[in-house]
Amino acid sequence: MPNLVVEARGLHKHFGALHVLKGVDLLLAERELVFVIGPSGSGKSTLLRCLNRLEQPSAGSVKVDGVDLLDPKTDINHARQRIGMVFQSFNLYPHMTALGNVTLALRKVAGKSRAEADELGRAALARVGLAERAGHTPGQLSGGQQQRVAIARAIALEPRVMLFDEPTSALDPELVGSVLGVMRDLRESGMAMVVVSHEMGFARNAADRVLFMDQGVIVEQGTPAAIFEAPAHERTRAFIGQIQRH
Amino acid sequence: MSNWERFLETFFNAQVMARYLPDIAYGTLITIQLAALVIVTGLAAGLALALLRSLGVRPVNLLIVFVVDLFRALPPLVIIVFIYFGLPTLELSPSGFVSTWLSLALVLMAFSEEIFWAGITSIAKGQWEAARSTGLTYGQTLINVVLPQALRLTIPPLTNRTIAITKGTALASVVAVSEILGMASSAVSNSYNPSPLTLGAGAYLILFFPMVVFGRWLETRMRWKR
Repeated sequence: MPNLVVEARGLHKHFGALHVLKGVDLLLAERELVFVIGPSGSGKSTLLRCLNRLEQPSAGSVKVDGVDLLDPKTDINHARQRIGMVFQSFNLYPHMTALGNVTLALRKVAGKSRAEADELGRAALARVGLAERAGHTPGQLSGGQQQRVAIARAIALEPRVMLFDEPTSALDPELVGSVLGVMRDLRESGMAMVVVSHEMGFARNAADRVLFMDQGVIVEQGTPAAIFEAPAHERTRAFIGQIQRH
Repeated sequence: MSNWERFLETFFNAQVMARYLPDIAYGTLITIQLAALVIVTGLAAGLALALLRSLGVRPVNLLIVFVVDLFRALPPLVIIVFIYFGLPTLELSPSGFVSTWLSLALVLMAFSEEIFWAGITSIAKGQWEAARSTGLTYGQTLINVVLPQALRLTIPPLTNRTIAITKGTALASVVAVSEILGMASSAVSNSYNPSPLTLGAGAYLILFFPMVVFGRWLETRMRWKR
């Protein structure tokens, strides 16, 4: 069995009376890219957010890189350096430059000097093709560029896994490609990734495994070909049919 | 003597003004000291309360909201009189200066806490999540990500409120502080002529007019940038 980067078992999440996750397992091997699809409200974002404890699961266990995130003795801030997260709405710090966004955690969490952090930050921006934009503030960047800065902010910390929460949903169609391109490069560098998205084309040619969620459970999972061409469940068929019609 | 001459004689009596100018100048110094103390301590206490409130401990927050509402509801003069005449019964005898300072600082604390709090809560949840997801602690996120954005939003309303409350230093004259109004009033009694009051008004203008203009400038500048 290959080394597991993410090992989440039996995850439940309640929001008041709402039961959003009903016993979900997610195992992610090194270099693996798992794609999570499902209708809105199916719990896919909540699942992702449990993997870095932005949401506290009501029950179950989450280990990332062998570290038990739910153990009270775990330093969650230390653990989160190893788990990069990219959000739908970018969430860049508007009062800082692109480089400032990327280097903040390098300095404050990883304890790098400003010179070291700047060097690593510039390298991370170069990886997403934005070396020239280091001095720009988010307001001066396009949505696609902002999202790439957000990716640089996460990969600068050298995470073991990257979590993407609908990274292209807030982008104009012509800007989606640049972000997917960066994600593809990351994938080729061997980064383990969990991607929640509706980009089926990307899923088809980049994902190792596709997971279909509905109403808080994983309905089925398999290779992209299996899920997209020959889904076993009616609910999966209906969902994929709907997505593909758009 | 025409009415106009009588008016000038009464309110712009050069002799009286010259005689009491040093007193008013001294009063201006006292007002500046009082205002500076009120601004620094009031804003610091307001920010501290807002930060404390952001921790989200329910009983603490209920207490903060109660205190803030109390000092927003009471007229500053009532608080001054209460502290100056009320505390001595508890064997504490703050001077008029200290009573006014405390009162106005408490009022500024209350209003600025609300403004700081509004600024902090206006920062999108995603900013917190992005920062925390990179491993920043709660405190690091507050200091490096949330406050710099929040403070920028609070500057215009804060400036206006600070000016309004700082003008309340004139209330100190009620508890025998020799600030501008206090000095002017006693000069009026001593000289049987209201001209010192005109001097006092001039001193207030010199002190606060630049602050008001500065506040207006800051407000338009901040609005532009957003």
